[in-house]
Amino acid sequence: MAILVDKDTRLVVQGLTGREGRFHALRNRDYGTHLVAGVTPGKGGQDVDGVPVYDTVAQAVAATGANTSLIFVPARFAVDALYEAADAGVGTVVLVTENIPVLDMTRAYNYVRAAGVTLVGPNCPGVISPGKANVGIIPGEVTFEGPVGLVSRSGTLTYQVMHEMAQAGVGQTTCVGIGGDPVVGSSFIDILTRFEADPETEAVVMIGEIGGDEEERAAQFVQERMSKPVVAYIAGFEAPPGKRMGHAGAIISGSSGTAAAKAKALEAAGVRVGRNPTEAATLAVSAIKG
Amino acid sequence: MDLFEHQAKELFARHGVAVPRGRVAWSPEEAEAVAAELGGTVVVKAQVQVGGRGKAGGIKLARDPAAARVNAEQIIGMDIKGHVVRRVLVEEASDIAAEYYVSILHDRAGKGFLAMASAEGGVEIEEVAARDPGAIVRVPVNPLIGLRPYHINQLVFGAGFAPEARKGAAEILTHLYDVFTAADCMLVEVNPLVLTAGGQVKALDGKVSLDDSALFRHPDLAELRDSFAADPQEQAAKEKSLNYIKLDGWVGIVGNGAGLVMSTLDVVAQAGGKAANFLDLGGGASADSMAAGLEVILSDPKVRSVLVNIFGGITRGDLVAQGILDALERLGDQVRVPLVVRLDGTNAEEGRELLAKSSSDKVVTAATMLEAAAKAVELAGRAAEGANN
Repeated sequence: MAILVDKDTRLVVQGLTGREGRFHALRNRDYGTHLVAGVTPGKGGQDVDGVPVYDTVAQAVAATGANTSLIFVPARFAVDALYEAADAGVGTVVLVTENIPVLDMTRAYNYVRAAGVTLVGPNCPGVISPGKANVGIIPGEVTFEGPVGLVSRSGTLTYQVMHEMAQAGVGQTTCVGIGGDPVVGSSFIDILTRFEADPETEAVVMIGEIGGDEEERAAQFVQERMSKPVVAYIAGFEAPPGKRMGHAGAIISGSSGTAAAKAKALEAAGVRVGRNPTEAATLAVSAIKG
Repeated sequence: MDLFEHQAKELFARHGVAVPRGRVAWSPEEAEAVAAELGGTVVVKAQVQVGGRGKAGGIKLARDPAAARVNAEQIIGMDIKGHVVRRVLVEEASDIAAEYYVSILHDRAGKGFLAMASAEGGVEIEEVAARDPGAIVRVPVNPLIGLRPYHINQLVFGAGFAPEARKGAAEILTHLYDVFTAADCMLVEVNPLVLTAGGQVKALDGKVSLDDSALFRHPDLAELRDSFAADPQEQAAKEKSLNYIKLDGWVGIVGNGAGLVMSTLDVVAQAGGKAANFLDLGGGASADSMAAGLEVILSDPKVRSVLVNIFGGITRGDLVAQGILDALERLGDQVRVPLVVRLDGTNAEEGRELLAKSSSDKVVTAATMLEAAAKAVELAGRAAEGANN
C-alpha cells in the first residue's frame, strides 16, 4: 500500500497545456501514473500527447472519472483552480504553485478542508508512491518502492534523502512534499496519521525546517499516537531571525520557530534527529534494518 | 515587507483608522515646516523598523517648530540597533489617559486569523506575554466569516478597556480589519492604542507587515520598499531577482532549493566554517542564474571559498555542470577563490567528469555534501593563511 496516490489515482492536470504543466504531467504519465485529463479553459477538445483537454474540471471529472488533481496554474489563478477542483468533487489535490497570497490560501484552506478535500501544498513538489504513481515534480528515478514513509517541507532535501536511502538499498512507500508556505493543506500530523495507518509503512522520516511550530506539534503527536519509529532532520540552524530563507514559511519570528527548538522537541519525544541529511537517511535505514 | 510607521499610519488613515495628524520629514528643515503647519506641541519620531527607539532617544517632544528642527537634527542619522534613521515622523502630541494594544495577524497554527487585545499597551507585547499571559486576549477569527462584532466585544470587554474607550476601540478594530484584508497584511498592530484625556481613541503607533506574495495586487504599496536597507550584495541580488541573504561568515554558498541551501549553511558550520550568505537558485539552476549568483557572492570581499551544492533531479547533473562551466568562463578573473562543487543525483557522475576536465584551476569537485563542506572550509582556511603571510 501507499498513501495519497497509487494505482487507483486517476489524474487530471489543471494547466496541462502550459510549459511546466505539460512537461511534468507527461513525466508523471511516463512513470506509470494514470493521467486521464487536462483542464485549460478555452482549450477544451484539444489534446496534449493524447491526453484529452477540457474547459472545466467538472467536465473532466464527468468524462474521465478523475479523482486527483495536480495544479500547475500561475499564483494569481491557482486558488480559483483549487476551489474549482474541490467543487467538482476531486478528492485529492496537489498544488505545486508558489507565491500564492497568504490571505487567499488561508480562506481556501478552510473551505476545502470543510469540503473534505485532501490538499497537499501549495509551494510543494508533490507526492510519489514509488512504483505506483508520481503526482508532481519529484524526480521518480532517484528512488524505488520500499518500507519507509517520507514527509518533508522541502523539495530538494526530500530528493537528497530519497537518494541517500536508495544508495543504502532502502526505498519508500510514499514521499510527500507538504510545501514551504506558512499555510499548507496537509500538515506533518495529517501525513504522519496516514503513515501510521498504512500497513506497509514501517518507519517514517520527517524533514522539517525553521518557521512555525508544526514540528513541535508533530513531536507531541509522535509521542502520543505513533507506534512506528520516526526519525527526523531539521534544516536552518544557521538561519538568522527575521529573514525569509527561500520558502515563505521558513522564517524565525523573534525567538520562535528555531531549528534548535524543533530538534529539541523531537528528541524529547523520542524521535532521533540526524545532524545532516546523510545522518537522517542512515537513521532511517537503521530503523528498518535494525 | 514591513512598512515604516508613517507609511502604516497613512494606510490606516485611508481606511478610516483614527491617527494623530502628522507627516514624514526627510530633513530638519522639513520637520520644522511640518511642525509649523501642525501648530502646538509636536512629537518627532525616528522612522526605523526596529523596536526600542524611545529608549534610544529616537522620540522627542517639541514645543515649537524651532525645537522640532533641533530634534530632527539630532535624530536623523542616528544609529538605532544597526538601523540608520533617514526620516522622522512629525505629528501632533497626544494627551494620553490610557494605553492599550490591539493587533490582527495570520495564525499559522490555527490556519486562520488571530485578533489580540490588551489593556497593557505601550510596552513590548512579548514582555507582557512573558510576564502576564492572561493580560492578552486572543480571539481566533475564521477567515471565511471575518472579524465580526462579537469578536470585537470579546476583545474590548475581555481585555478590560475603559468604558469610554470601547466605542472608539471597536471602530478602530473594524477599520484595522479592513486594512488587514484590503492590503494583504501578515500583521497589523497598534501599540499603543490610546485614549486621550479628551476621550478620543487613536492609533499612536502603527506596525504593518505585508505579504510579499500579494504585492502584485498592491503596486502602490510595493513602491514603499525601503531602498536604503540592503547592503551592496543584497542590492545587487535584488536587481538580478536572486533569492540571496547576506550572512556574516566567509564561505560563499549557492545551491538549488531553499531547504538544501539552509542545510548547506548548517553543514558548513558543523565543519567549522561559517556561511557568508544564503543563495537559492531554485529548481533549474541554469548557467545564467549560476553566473549571476556567483557574481554576487564573489563581490563580497569576506568570501574565501565558495560551495556550490546542487542536487540533480529533473535538471540533470551534466547540464548543471555545463552551466557552472559557462558561468565560470563568463566571470573570468572575477573568480578569485576556490569553488567546491558538489553534484549529486541524476547524471551526477557525468557532471563531475565534465567539471574535472575543465581548464579552471579553481574548481574542486566533491561527491557528497559533507565532503564538500569539509573541503570548502579547509580551502577557506588556507586562503586566510595565505592572506596573513
